[in-house]
Amino acid sequence: MPPVSRGFRGRRQSTDTASRLPPGQYETRDFPVLSAGPTPRTSLATWDFTLRGANGQTARWTWDEFTALPRQTTTKDIHCVTKWSKFDTVWEGISVDTLLSEAAAKGVVPSPFVLATCDGGYTTNVPLADVTGGKAWVAFMYNGAPLPPEHGGPARLLVPHLYFWKSAKWMRELRLMESDEPGFWESLGYHNYGDPWREQRYAGDE
Amino acid sequence: MIDVVLETPRTRTLVLDVPGWPGHRAGQHVDVRLTAEDGYQAERSYSIASPPEDTRLSLTVEQLKDGEVSPYLSEVLHPGDTLELRGPIGGYFVWDIPTGGPLFLVGGGSGIVPLMAMLRHRSASLATGDARRRLPARLLYSSRRWDEVIYRDELTSLTEKDPTLQVTHTLTREQPDGWNGFRRRIDRAMLEQVAWPASAQPRVFVCGPTPLVESVASTLVDLGHQPALVKTERFGPTGGAV
Repeated sequence: MPPVSRGFRGRRQSTDTASRLPPGQYETRDFPVLSAGPTPRTSLATWDFTLRGANGQTARWTWDEFTALPRQTTTKDIHCVTKWSKFDTVWEGISVDTLLSEAAAKGVVPSPFVLATCDGGYTTNVPLADVTGGKAWVAFMYNGAPLPPEHGGPARLLVPHLYFWKSAKWMRELRLMESDEPGFWESLGYHNYGDPWREQRYAGDE
Repeated sequence: MIDVVLETPRTRTLVLDVPGWPGHRAGQHVDVRLTAEDGYQAERSYSIASPPEDTRLSLTVEQLKDGEVSPYLSEVLHPGDTLELRGPIGGYFVWDIPTGGPLFLVGGGSGIVPLMAMLRHRSASLATGDARRRLPARLLYSSRRWDEVIYRDELTSLTEKDPTLQVTHTLTREQPDGWNGFRRRIDRAMLEQVAWPASAQPRVFVCGPTPLVESVASTLVDLGHQPALVKTERFGPTGGAV
């Protein structure tokens, strides 16, 4: 038991809110913006998305091709490592399952890890098992409108069951890899996996 | 906590004696965790204001209306109380002497805090005028009004002692009588006037509310600064104009 903060009462949430908040998180109704550098601006005319196999095979989609793939809409709670959580966010995009099955036709085969790479140089790593089975999307709509650049538009990875830095903004490529490779924040002291329910914020957290 | 310094009506600095503090780099933050008697906990992050050279750790906290943790830190916590900290955290929005310069800092409101750690570090570790000339620094600092300028006197005295440090204020809401500085939000013309040119390849750190950070960072990129040299840190919810 950590030391009690003399005189601290805190703001209790309803049981319903509390049960949806991972440890150390608080609910926000806003949508805070976090990123390490300037927001990249990529025109849809030059935007493309690549799924790259560890075997060197690739599948690539232009914006029109990508957004013509079968879409899904999903409503999720999201949890940022900076402690805010936001409930019931509504996203539209392409499931990573769909991308993998489309890419299989181009000879792209699954590997146990993926690395998302983005405009601006950001990267993040996730096990393949965490982006398949209906757990992850490449999202380009938020709340029924195109995803704004400061929130990662044209398109971002959405892996809502992990801390939100894993949901890489401005994503352009998902690379399948035989071995794990830490991404940007994972190399700068943040946890390699980032499960909010186990409060895996920083390197060394269980 | 061993001391409190009132910085502005809404901001105070908590001076902490942290046994076993491993040291930090200017720009890093800590997580503060409060625990109520029944075990309920709340956590928030605060930027470190003190430079690595200080023996005490300082956090400057702005009291947020409707905040859960900042009102406690501002009004309830007293010298002698214990605070649970975790850190230092963050390895990207950091600057130290080997990172080099010139240094261009842009702050809005309490976004000054990690930038101040950088200026204090620069000042503490570069003892001679020669060393400072090789690593000149500029700060552009946006506040709503003069009495909300955090570290105002210290910034003034730093610039008086150090001609290689230039501090420019803009006051967006209200200006004192006789004010002849900027009186608007930071814009392209102001950045062209105050920032180092892109050709000087300054190390740029921008910290403040999201609209300020978004606008300053993209304008600097438009002015030719390499995105990789422009590091940003944002705070607050979606807004909060400064």
